[in-house]
Amino acid sequence: MNPLYARRRRKSAIAMMLCVGATVFGLTWLVLILATLFWNGLAGFTLDVFTQMTPPPNAQDGGLLNAIVGSLILTGLGIAVGAPIGVLAGTFMAEYGRYSKLTSIIRFINDILLSAPSIIIGLFVYGAVVVPMGGFSGLAGAIALAVIALPVVVRTTEDMLLLVPIQLREAAAALGMPRSYVIKRVTWQAARTGLVTGLLLAVARISGETAPLLFTALSNQFWSVDLLKTMANLPVTINNFINNPDPNWKRLAWSGALIITMAVLALNILARSLSARSQSK
Amino acid sequence: MNDLSITEPATKIAVRNLHFYYGGGKPALKNINLSLGANQVTAFIGPSGCGKSTLLRVLNRMYDLYPNQRAEGEVLLDGENILSPKQDLNLLRARIGMVFQKPTPFPMTIYENIAFCIRLYEKLPKSELDGRVEKALRSAALWDEVKDKLNVSGLSLSGGQQQRLCIARTVAIKPEVILFDEPCSALDPISTAKIEELIDELSESYTIAIVTHNMQQAARVSDMTAFMYLGELIEFNETTKMFTSPAQQRTQDYITGRFG
Repeated sequence: MNPLYARRRRKSAIAMMLCVGATVFGLTWLVLILATLFWNGLAGFTLDVFTQMTPPPNAQDGGLLNAIVGSLILTGLGIAVGAPIGVLAGTFMAEYGRYSKLTSIIRFINDILLSAPSIIIGLFVYGAVVVPMGGFSGLAGAIALAVIALPVVVRTTEDMLLLVPIQLREAAAALGMPRSYVIKRVTWQAARTGLVTGLLLAVARISGETAPLLFTALSNQFWSVDLLKTMANLPVTINNFINNPDPNWKRLAWSGALIITMAVLALNILARSLSARSQSK
Repeated sequence: MNDLSITEPATKIAVRNLHFYYGGGKPALKNINLSLGANQVTAFIGPSGCGKSTLLRVLNRMYDLYPNQRAEGEVLLDGENILSPKQDLNLLRARIGMVFQKPTPFPMTIYENIAFCIRLYEKLPKSELDGRVEKALRSAALWDEVKDKLNVSGLSLSGGQQQRLCIARTVAIKPEVILFDEPCSALDPISTAKIEELIDELSESYTIAIVTHNMQQAARVSDMTAFMYLGELIEFNETTKMFTSPAQQRTQDYITGRFG
């Protein structure tokens, strides 16, 4: 064999080994984390988790019902506020303001917001909402989550709309279609699965956020769906329970972690299959 | 450049002293003067980058979608300058339809692809709308192939069918002029033949301009042919004369395949 070629082959083999090694290294930790989570989460998992309230210390039973419902409310409200603003802003950037200087400025700021530590956003909402309102509240928590969801939705909306071929917009415009119709009936339709995927990823992102809720919704030992009072939620409950020596609380913390992980996993799989379906079309 | 007063049919579109710029710098079109006769097919030929598509996109002001692109001069549609800033673009594009190189069905059903466009301009009862959709599909020679699957996605059709759907959609809103921008370049020979046949039929009711890379196609479908090169109109004449005895050396070189 040509020595030059043989050397190249050796190099290629080494490079591939390094890549495989790095992948295995990364995956190992992920598998270990998930295995630990399942091991501990399933150990104390009962139906009571879904039907009973969070217990006082040193109890033997109890569940996470109030925290689960609280998380659903906070996440739902956060998306309900963040998604429409995000989709409209992303639409502005990809459609109306595609060539404007303003768009590149918005995109730059949005990227900063996207990578801002969520605890900063929690502190901001603490100062902007919690202090003026005189106390922690579910409302403040939902606002914090909305602020975190917003840049995710803006980014995915813009990206997905930019993927829609320009010819489709030209074809629509060539029929004398007003801009708003082109967007509503043609480009949004063409990017539909991508937009939904973006929303699902935003839900997945905010449903596990803990830091911003610590400063806003806090938590609540009892059943409460009053948005103006503190509200129980899974991430903060996990945070509180896992740091306590009470074995019952520790058990419930693991169960809660398993529930969040499964929910996020399900959302990601849903998002993946949606985008895979749109690509195969 | 030819004197254009020889065109006998009524002038539908008259281009006068047209310059076009894609930004700063050199013009992409230089001093274009020509007229499109009513109910005639006018073909634009020339090598890539000669400005023939650019010219077509001026006629329905498609360039207006992009910043920095601008046209100078006049384009008169029935005597009115459509380059005027006062011109309503949507109304203009309803009068001057366009079919693109790549088929662009909208992500909706075959029926909706057409009905949606009609509803932009007219409010019709369902039965009448059905009739209009059928008529549009018939005039694009697509009805027989899709009449049993009007509710499937327009994207499920073949390339040639998609292109005819786009023609049906354009015809459905009753334009006066139809611009074809290389409508067959993405299609196989059989689909191409169908579209050419269609253009021939449509020319009875519409004024047609077609950009093509295919000189045989220009010879087959058009009454008048314009040869463009480097942003200039080199020669504009009746198609039969153009392909048998071109007046300009460059035209002859191009149509005999010596360059381009």
